Amino acid sequence: MNILVCVKRVPLTGGKITLTEDEQAIQTRHLGFTVSPHEECAAEEAIRLIEQHGGESVVLTLGPPEAEEQLRDMMAIGIDRAIHLVSDGGEWDPQATAAAIVAAIEADGTAFDLLLFGNESADAGNYQVAVRVAQALRRPCVTGIKAITADGDSLRCEQEVAGGRDVYAVPTPAVVTVKEGINLPRYPSVPGRMRAKRKPLSASEPTRADARLEMVRLVLPPGSSKQAEVLGHGPEAAPRVVEILQEIGVV
Amino acid sequence: MATTSEPRQLPARQSIVIIGAGIVGNSVAYHLTRLGESAITLLDKGPLPNPGGSTGHASNFIFPVDHSKEMTALTKESMRQYKELDVYLECGGIEVARTEARMQELDRRMVSAKTWGIEPTSLLTPAEIREMVPFINEELLLGGFYTPGAGVVDSLRAATIMRERAVQAGMTVAANTEVLGLDVEHGRVTRVRTDRGDIEADRVVIACGCWSPRIARMAGARIPLSPAVHQMIDIGPVARFADARTLVDYPIVRDMDTNMYERQDGGGLEIGSYAHRPIMMDADEIPSIEESALSPTELPFTQQDFEVQMEQALELMPEIVGDESVGVRYAINGLLSVTHDGLPLLGETPEVAGLWSAAAIWIKEGPGAGKTVAELMVHGEAEIDVYESNIARAYPHQKTKTHIQARVGEGFNKMYGIVHPAEQWETDRRVKVSPYYERQQERQAVFYEAAGWERPQWYESNAPLLEEFGDRINRREAEWESRWWSPIINAEHLALRERAGYTDLTAFAIFDVTGPGALDAVQRVAMRQMDVPVGRVVYTPVLLPAGGFKADLTIMRMDQDVFRVVTGGAWGMSDLKWFRDHLPADGSAQIHDQTNAWTTLGMWGPRARDILSSVTSDDVSHEGFGFARWKEIEVGPLSVIASRISYVGDLGWELYVPIEQGARLWDIVAEAGLPHGAVPVGAGVYGTTGRLEKSYRAYGAELEGEYDVVEAGMAWGKVKEPDFIGKEAHVRQREQAPAATMCTLTVDDHTSASGVKRYMLGGEPILTAEGEPITDAKGRRSFVTSAGAGPSIGKHILMTYLPPEHAVVGAQLQVQYMGELYPVTVATNDSTPVFDPDNSRVRS
Amino acid sequence: MALTLVFAEAEADELSQQAGVFAAGLGHDLQAIAFDPSETYAPAAWAQTLVGLAQERGATAVVGPGTDRGNEVLAHVAAKLDQPMAANCTSVTAGDPVTVVRTRWGGSLLEEARVHGAPLLLTAAPHAVAAAPFAEVEIVTVTDAAGELDRVVRVVERIPASTAGVSLADADVVVSGGRGVGSAEGFSVIEELAALLGGAVGCSRAVTSAGWRPHTDQVGQTGTKISPEIYIACGISGATQHMAGCKGAKRLLAINPDGEASIFASADYAVIGDLHAVVPAISAEIRKVRST
Repeated sequence: MNILVCVKRVPLTGGKITLTEDEQAIQTRHLGFTVSPHEECAAEEAIRLIEQHGGESVVLTLGPPEAEEQLRDMMAIGIDRAIHLVSDGGEWDPQATAAAIVAAIEADGTAFDLLLFGNESADAGNYQVAVRVAQALRRPCVTGIKAITADGDSLRCEQEVAGGRDVYAVPTPAVVTVKEGINLPRYPSVPGRMRAKRKPLSASEPTRADARLEMVRLVLPPGSSKQAEVLGHGPEAAPRVVEILQEIGVV
Repeated sequence: MATTSEPRQLPARQSIVIIGAGIVGNSVAYHLTRLGESAITLLDKGPLPNPGGSTGHASNFIFPVDHSKEMTALTKESMRQYKELDVYLECGGIEVARTEARMQELDRRMVSAKTWGIEPTSLLTPAEIREMVPFINEELLLGGFYTPGAGVVDSLRAATIMRERAVQAGMTVAANTEVLGLDVEHGRVTRVRTDRGDIEADRVVIACGCWSPRIARMAGARIPLSPAVHQMIDIGPVARFADARTLVDYPIVRDMDTNMYERQDGGGLEIGSYAHRPIMMDADEIPSIEESALSPTELPFTQQDFEVQMEQALELMPEIVGDESVGVRYAINGLLSVTHDGLPLLGETPEVAGLWSAAAIWIKEGPGAGKTVAELMVHGEAEIDVYESNIARAYPHQKTKTHIQARVGEGFNKMYGIVHPAEQWETDRRVKVSPYYERQQERQAVFYEAAGWERPQWYESNAPLLEEFGDRINRREAEWESRWWSPIINAEHLALRERAGYTDLTAFAIFDVTGPGALDAVQRVAMRQMDVPVGRVVYTPVLLPAGGFKADLTIMRMDQDVFRVVTGGAWGMSDLKWFRDHLPADGSAQIHDQTNAWTTLGMWGPRARDILSSVTSDDVSHEGFGFARWKEIEVGPLSVIASRISYVGDLGWELYVPIEQGARLWDIVAEAGLPHGAVPVGAGVYGTTGRLEKSYRAYGAELEGEYDVVEAGMAWGKVKEPDFIGKEAHVRQREQAPAATMCTLTVDDHTSASGVKRYMLGGEPILTAEGEPITDAKGRRSFVTSAGAGPSIGKHILMTYLPPEHAVVGAQLQVQYMGELYPVTVATNDSTPVFDPDNSRVRS
Repeated sequence: MALTLVFAEAEADELSQQAGVFAAGLGHDLQAIAFDPSETYAPAAWAQTLVGLAQERGATAVVGPGTDRGNEVLAHVAAKLDQPMAANCTSVTAGDPVTVVRTRWGGSLLEEARVHGAPLLLTAAPHAVAAAPFAEVEIVTVTDAAGELDRVVRVVERIPASTAGVSLADADVVVSGGRGVGSAEGFSVIEELAALLGGAVGCSRAVTSAGWRPHTDQVGQTGTKISPEIYIACGISGATQHMAGCKGAKRLLAINPDGEASIFASADYAVIGDLHAVVPAISAEIRKVRST
């Protein structure tokens, strides 16, 4: 089984987001970077599937040169090799992103049985890159998956919905997007980190098509005008808390 | 931000406002209340108990042994307090050696442990290390230095308890309160402006860790430190630690040769490093609490800086670090505060009265430094004399960003380094060069840094003197002692003693006290009588209130109302502040810093008078120009202030000219000296060999706050009538038998077990003939305060304080050096020098 | 008059109705489309059906709800038509090009964007506008034009949720713990209070990452999005990740020792203090009130 995992480098934000002066990006001067949480789980899922069924796991990202850090992170937890589509760091819209990924998959030549994505990226949240890749490659696609079981040429995929789980049986090769919670990703070990440095990484620089979903600027949502009512300090606040709970009708 | 979480109302007026609620600010607060201070508010812009500064992410371990007396004292005091607060977990610590050089350094650690009384400590074999730390790869190691008393503290808990105690004593705490400004009127801090209102205050303490420079600047003061990154990761879960009894069951390991440490942290292993490239920040660039993913001082980890360290940790602890199931769970670039010389910044800022700094302090010094700053604020002096950490020590150039960053960068990797006591800085040199600099370069001077000045330590051009003096010059056989040293120093010494030598004293700090109140001003500060005729030079101690040494320096009475203070460069700025702080309140005296206006060339030796008289028509005879006098004389076209004193104990003068005329003075002296065989001599002679042969004490070595004038053997003459700082204590001390007396010792035999001759460098413990440490009635250990060659007497000289039973001329004692004992003899037990005991030379 | 098709997950689905109100902002005629309840969910086939309807009727826009299915179906529509699609929009302004405001970071950040394509394909961010019933909903079945590839992905089985306990998404009271809880064991006080209130236990991402609670308890951008009557957040600082998941809560009570924790900016009620002291006190008070 060969699996490709697509990830995106995103900043690790704190309690407050600040923007760059040109309003084109988040101010990341003090922030670390990671891959989107859903994608971290996608990588973990790929590693687990390969551990079970054998094969090769590959991680792909479209991102700035610094995104190599995230590719190494993924290889540190067990992904075998990486494909880096090096961008200038600017915003790629979903169509351009999907096209670059499709081209990279074709160029790589590996017959991937499974393309894993996160359900949506933590930052842009466009909810469509995986679907576009699947349509372009004419492969079935399921999204928002919380459990995958491989059974021969078919994947049993479970999706959380109101009132339970919906199950899909998807023939491979397939595209699956997963949600955090499908697994608990492992931490990289020190030997894993060291191996990751030596794992193969191929880089290329795709050309960005004009954005058809064109970001104009980022805007911070208006702050909450709430003024929290302080019910008290420490345990002495308990009676006042219970009064409130009674008012709401939950006690 | 929209909350009403804290009372918005701050006190309108307080005696003291402390900014910063980490380990330091809380400690200062607690000790201030303990000392009886009231009307105190403690502010922090962050939440409590962890406001997001360095205390919150510190690795929290303490290794008490350090080569610095001051730092060891602060650490010992801090450990005492942590134990009293019941937050100290003693787990022991091992500094491991991978190299022979490190093994020698561990010998030095043993020496420092004994010198400062940190006991027990021991050296371990690799097998013994393995027994204590079963997951270590002992094959990499040659040995280890074990400190059973090392431990881990809960610094946040300690800070909390101290804060609670201070609150019980009436202190106000305002968390989530950001300081927006500090108001200063007439050079004195008056008000703290915050986002919750203003507080008028008499005194303000900045205990803001790496934010301190930013806060100080609001008042126009400078706290010269740089935030620097220390990398730390936590890996786990470690199977072996699954059943850990405590947070730390195994000794902490410091892998000194890789600049790293590894310590158990519950079920995980914490790995920290000082090995990576120095990563510095500006205090203004530290992110806000809200913007930070973790906290403002826990910055994103930069993996690329940790690659080599990972491999080194892996090879040292393969069982744990190499375990595939052990993951990197936490990794940060933690911010620390680092200074240009690696020491804390304690005391009142020289720029703004009432504005205090308690900064650049790490966990191991926190409570001790807090107590010390509180004592300084209340009493003007502290139980631990922190003169080396005095914030006033820095010269203007040492407070610049360029200098701080250069030195912090260079010092960073010395954190676990093997640092020779004479080791010189490499970065940001040649900031201050004397007018003689080019001439000194021509003479192949080897420059050391003195108070930022480039100052020759010796001149390679004097190498031919080695041949001249032949056997009288000993060669050092061991690499350690010959590092940062040259036998040429001893040759220059002999040339001076036999003919003459001239030396660059530009690094002196010079300031004039002037005005109708000038006499009162200097009388108040100086111990000796300053009401002397114009033309006199007085060498005087300057005392702390309790009678310990604050400084020793010379004062020239230039005119009725003009006194010129000349002091060593190292403490020049601290001394300047001391004088300034004690000027009469009525403004009748002023102080003017002349340090950069004058240059000084010293010339001494039996031929000094012949040389000087050959270039001046003024009377320089003994009758016409007595000892301890100054005169203005003509030397060629130069009007020179000549001061007849000596720190090397020979006939001669300090020659002062305006700095732009220095080069000409040098040329005249060098040319006139040539026929007399005079040579330029470096500070190796002036500061060490010449001084030690004369048993002259030096501030910062023999003289410091912990010792008084009687103990130093300098209580000659009567106590002057006018009052002076420390007088009451001084009078009392004169009436009592000293607990220890400054003695000069000579080494009887230098031969080590391997047959190599070894020479002490200072800081070694003096032991009894039986090998026991010597402690005086005040609990102070006897150790070598200064060590150096005495080429004229052919012996290696050590100075030390000894209690009365040992301070006996001829007493046989021992000194411990690099793991071995050497016999020494007490040569003198008062100010009598070992060379020219009658002082006939200086008065000839 | 131009036509906008609105994809409704179901006839009376609230978020779909919100999408309808949102789409009305374009000023077109609206036609709500829902699939016959007998149709098994098959995203690509449903998308092909919508594509067919849009083309047949010359629709200038297709709008859906910003839900898992709304986004998925619209993404397929967009891929099939090779047109841009903007997900989770909070407002739309007609023009050439059309401009939208859409959410990023789970709503913690907004983006102004231009959409260069036709038909216009959008989903509406949940709760950006109030819902109003559709005038009429056209019920459709999957078009014959959907090929084998479109039909292969479809729900083949529904596993009902276990009925034990209150589900996080549906609970009227959620009591959550964050990093401040300190350990897995520390959650006992949270569980106790939740049980007393008949609510569900939640947690922040830091907690699931530490392995103290299962991911199913996680409230946040990548966890469960909740909408209880009251959300009690204990020892949670209020990272954007987390706040994205509890925006739907009617009221928020935050318990935190840090009076300036960013969660207080979104809270209705605040208790400043250590949750380990405050939460048991609240539980005790509830017992006291109930026993009298």
